[in-house]
Amino acid sequence: MSGDQKPDVAAAEVPAGSRPHRGGYVPHGIDDEFAEASGAAEPAPDTRGAGDKDGSTPSAPRIGVVGMLRWMWRQLTSMRVALMLLMLLAVAAVPGSVLPQRGQDPAAVAEYLGDHPDLGDWLDRLGFFDVYTSVWFSAIYLLLFVSLVGCIVPRTAAHWRALRARPPQVPFRFTRFPAQASATTGLAPDDAVELVAARLRGPRYLPTFRVDRRTEAARAHRPESRTISAERGYLRETGNLVFHLALLGLLVSVALGQMLHYTGQAIVTEGRGFANAVVDYDTFTEGAWFRPSSLVPFSMTLDAFDSEFASETVAFAQARDFTAHVTVTEPDGTRHPEQIKVNHPLVTDGAKIYLQGNGFAPKITVTDSDGEVAFSQRVPFLPEDQLYTSRGVVKVPDVSRGDQIGLVGYFLPTAVVDDDGTARSTFPQPLDPLLVLEVYRGDLGLDDGVPRNVYRLDTASLTPSVDQDGARVKLLVRPGETVDLPDGLGTVTLGEDVPRYVALDLRHDPSLAYVLTFALLALGGLALSLFTPRRRVWVRAFASADGTTVVEAAGLARGDDAGLQGEVDRAMSVLPELEDDGAGPAAGSAEAEDETTKD
Amino acid sequence: MEMANLSVLLVWAAATALAIAMIAFAVDLARLSGARVAERDAAREKVTVAAGGGAPEAEPAPGPAAAYGPGNGTAAGGVSRKGAGIGMALSWLAAAMLLAAIVLRGLASGRTPWANMYEFVLVGTFVAVAVFVGVCTVREARFLGAFVAGLGATFLVLAQNVFFVAATGLQPALQNYWLVIHVGVAITATGIFTVAFVSSVLQLLRDARDEGTPWLAAWRWLDQTPSPTALEALSFRLNSVGFVLWTFTLIGGAIWAEDAWGRYWGWDPKEVWSFVVWVVYAAYLHARTTRGWSGRRAAWFVVVGYACVLFNFTGVNLVINGKHSYSGLT
Ligand code: HEM
Repeated sequence: MSGDQKPDVAAAEVPAGSRPHRGGYVPHGIDDEFAEASGAAEPAPDTRGAGDKDGSTPSAPRIGVVGMLRWMWRQLTSMRVALMLLMLLAVAAVPGSVLPQRGQDPAAVAEYLGDHPDLGDWLDRLGFFDVYTSVWFSAIYLLLFVSLVGCIVPRTAAHWRALRARPPQVPFRFTRFPAQASATTGLAPDDAVELVAARLRGPRYLPTFRVDRRTEAARAHRPESRTISAERGYLRETGNLVFHLALLGLLVSVALGQMLHYTGQAIVTEGRGFANAVVDYDTFTEGAWFRPSSLVPFSMTLDAFDSEFASETVAFAQARDFTAHVTVTEPDGTRHPEQIKVNHPLVTDGAKIYLQGNGFAPKITVTDSDGEVAFSQRVPFLPEDQLYTSRGVVKVPDVSRGDQIGLVGYFLPTAVVDDDGTARSTFPQPLDPLLVLEVYRGDLGLDDGVPRNVYRLDTASLTPSVDQDGARVKLLVRPGETVDLPDGLGTVTLGEDVPRYVALDLRHDPSLAYVLTFALLALGGLALSLFTPRRRVWVRAFASADGTTVVEAAGLARGDDAGLQGEVDRAMSVLPELEDDGAGPAAGSAEAEDETTKD
Repeated sequence: MEMANLSVLLVWAAATALAIAMIAFAVDLARLSGARVAERDAAREKVTVAAGGGAPEAEPAPGPAAAYGPGNGTAAGGVSRKGAGIGMALSWLAAAMLLAAIVLRGLASGRTPWANMYEFVLVGTFVAVAVFVGVCTVREARFLGAFVAGLGATFLVLAQNVFFVAATGLQPALQNYWLVIHVGVAITATGIFTVAFVSSVLQLLRDARDEGTPWLAAWRWLDQTPSPTALEALSFRLNSVGFVLWTFTLIGGAIWAEDAWGRYWGWDPKEVWSFVVWVVYAAYLHARTTRGWSGRRAAWFVVVGYACVLFNFTGVNLVINGKHSYSGLT
C-alpha cells in the first residue's frame, strides 16, 4: 500500500525537489505530503507503521509464510482495497432492495419462490433472500472493518507523534507558496515575532495555531532572523480517527443489540390486556443471549382506542390520528394510565411498546343445529384498504354433531349495499357496520396437528353453501342481529357494539444508547475532519539595512483553501504599520538565491 | 384553497424564470467562447499546465480568488456579461418565488411543506438554486448557471406534471418533528449534491476536452469553465457538506424509524438506497485521496452517487414499494 495516497493539490504546487523519498510503510491519510511539501529541513515525523520498523520495503517482501501474511495484511489495509470494498458493499446492498427479504417480508419470499421455482431456488441458495445476513455481504463489511482497524491503528500512533512534534521549520524561500504577505515595521524582530505569534496562537484556552519560534542563522544576504512556524488543523486528523473508530463502535453495538434484544407482537382488543411474558405474545423473537428472566412482569390493558380520519374530499378517509388508551400495571401493583400513538411508543421498564396496527374485532356467536353455543369470541378482522374493508375468518370446530363450520368474510365499518347486492365500505369509522359472510362446512383440519393460520381458512376441502342458482350464499349481519345459517347449520349473531383491536409490538434493545452515541460521534468526527482547515503559516522577521524590520509570511494549506490568504493577512495585521508594500515577496533579494543552499 | 393555487402558479413562474435563466447563461457562455476564439490556443496551453496538477515550472500558484474565474480570470476582458447578469437576476427571482410557493403550500396544508414527492422536489430545487446563487456571492461560479437552472426547470416541470398532489394533512406515521429535521436535511443534502454533480460533470467534460477528446472539440464554451482542478475543488466542498448532511439524514431517519416503526434499521428499500448513496459518497471521499483514483475517476463517483440519489428518490418511491412510500401518489 505504500504511498497510494495521492499528493495534495497544494502540495503539488510547491517545488517537489525537496520531497523526501517515498517508500516504506506510510500509513495513508497521514498528511505526509503536506509535511514534505514544505520543503522544510526538519526530518519528517516518523510515520512508519508497526509493520515496517525494520525498514524493509514492500517491493521486496520476504519469502515465506510470514512474508506472505504481511503482504496480505498490507494489501488489505491499503486505501485501494478499502475503496474496492466500499464499492463492493454498495453493489452488494442493492439486491436486497429488489428481491423480497425474509427478515422483512417472509410471505413475499414464499410467493416469489412459488412464482419462480428454479431461479428462486438458486437465489435462495446464494442467500439473495437474506442479503444482509448472507455470507458474502457479511464478508465484505467484516473485511472492510478489518481493513479499517489496520488502517486506524498506525494512523492513531502517527497522529499522536505528530501532535507532539514541533511544526516544521521555516522554508528558506517563501516565493512559491500560495499565500504570502510582507510588511515593514519599526518594531524589533523579536517584538514583531512575539506579536504575530500571539495573534496566531489565538485565545489561550482555545488556541488556533500551534506556534514554534526559532532563531535562524544568517545566510546568504539575509541577517540572522527570528522565525515562527505555526500549524493548525490537528483536529482534522483527530476527527477522522474519531469517525472511523466510531464506525467500529457502531458495528459492535449493533451486533450486541442483535444478541440481546427481544420483540413480541400481541393483538389486544378493547377492555382486554396482556402480560409481558413470552407465552402471552402471538409471536416472539429474541437474540441468542436473551434470557426470559429479563422480561419485566408488567401487564397492560387496552381501555379504548380512538381513530380519526380525514373527511375532506382531497384526502378522503386518510388516517389522521390513532390513539390507544391503556393502563399499565407494574410488577409492584401500581397502575397508571398511558397513551400509545403511532409515532409515540410507550416506554415501560426499558421496553418500548409500539402501536403497529389496528382494526375491528367484532364479537361473533355461532349456535349449532342443536341450538348450542358452539363459538363465541371476538374475531380480529384485518383491514385490507384505507376504508377498513376487513377480512376475517371464523372456525367453529366444536359443533354438537355433523360437519364443522367455517365462516369467511368481510367486516365493513360503514357499509353500502348496492342494487346488485354487493356490499362495500365507504368510510373507516363504524357508522353503519355490516358483516358479510360466506359459509362452509366440512372438516376444518384443525385436529391433524398441522399448524394453521388463524386468519386463513383452507376452503379447498370444504363445501360452500349455495342457493338455488348455485351462487354462494352471502349472509349479511348487522350489529345485534341473529341470522340463520343456510342448510340448517344453526345461527350467527353479531355483537351489539364492535370492539376495536390494536396490534402492539414490544421491543427491547439494550444497545440503543450506544448505537446512538457512536452514530453521533461518527457524525461529529466527520464534520471535524471535513471542515477543519489545515494550514501552515511561516513568518520570518529580520532587521533590514535601514534599521526597520522586514516581516515576511507565507501560508500553505491542505487542498484548495480560500481562507488561506486571509489567515496570513490576519496574522500580519497586528504589526503596527510603518509602510506596507502589500502582498508578494518583499525581499527581492531572496529571489535571487540559489535554492540548493537550503539543505 | 387560494393559497394552494397561488403556490402552484408561483412554481410555474419559477420554472419559467429558470428556463429563461438557463438560456441567458447559455448565451453568456457562447459569447464568452466566441470572444475567445482568437486567444484560445494560448489560453488552453496555460490551462493545461495548471490542470496538470502544478508541474514545478508552473507560475506562482494563482491566489484562491483567481481559481474560479472563467478560464482562469482573464477571459472575460471586454466581453459583455449581460447574459450572465440576466441569468443571475432570474435565478434569484426563481429562488424567491419558490420560497414563497413553499411557504404558501405549508400554510395551505397547515404543516411542514415537505411531506410528499411533489413538495420534496420544490424544496430540493429551491436549495439547489439557493446554493448556486449563494456560491456566486462568494466566488465566480456563474458558469454553473446554465446547468443548475436547466436542471431546476426540468425538476419543477416534472414535479408539476408527474408528482403533483393536492395540499392536505398528514397521516399519523408522518406526524413527528423528525419530519422537519430528517426530511429537511435530506432535501438540503440533495440540493447540494445537485450543484456538486454539475461541477463534477463539467470537470469531466473539461478534462476530456483538454485531453483533446474529438467529440468535445466543438464545445468551445467549456474553455470558459475553470480548470478541472478548480471544478473538482468546488465539487468536493459541496459534496463534503452534502455528505455530512446525508450522514445526519441516515441518523435522523434511524431515530425516527425507531419511534415510528419500532426498529432503527430494517433494510427497507429506502434505507438500503440511502445506505448505498452514503457508501458511494464515502468511496468518493476515499477515491479522492487514493493515488491513481483522484481527479477524473473520483468525479465518476460523484456521477454514480448522484444517480443513486435520484434513484433513491424516484425509483424507490415509485417502483419498489416499502414502508417508506410517502409519495402521496397511489
Ligand atoms: C466502514 C468503512 C468505511 C467508511 C464508511 C469510511 C468512511 C470514510 C469517510 C466518510 C471519510 C471522509 C472523511 C474525510 O475525507 O476526511 C473517510 C476518510 C478516510 N478513510 Fe475511511 N471509511 C471506511 C473505511 C476505511 C478504511 C478501511 C480505511 C483504510 C484502509 C479508511 C481510510 C480512510 C482515510 C485514510 C481517510 C482520510 C482521507 C483523507 O485524508 O481525506 N477508511 N472514511
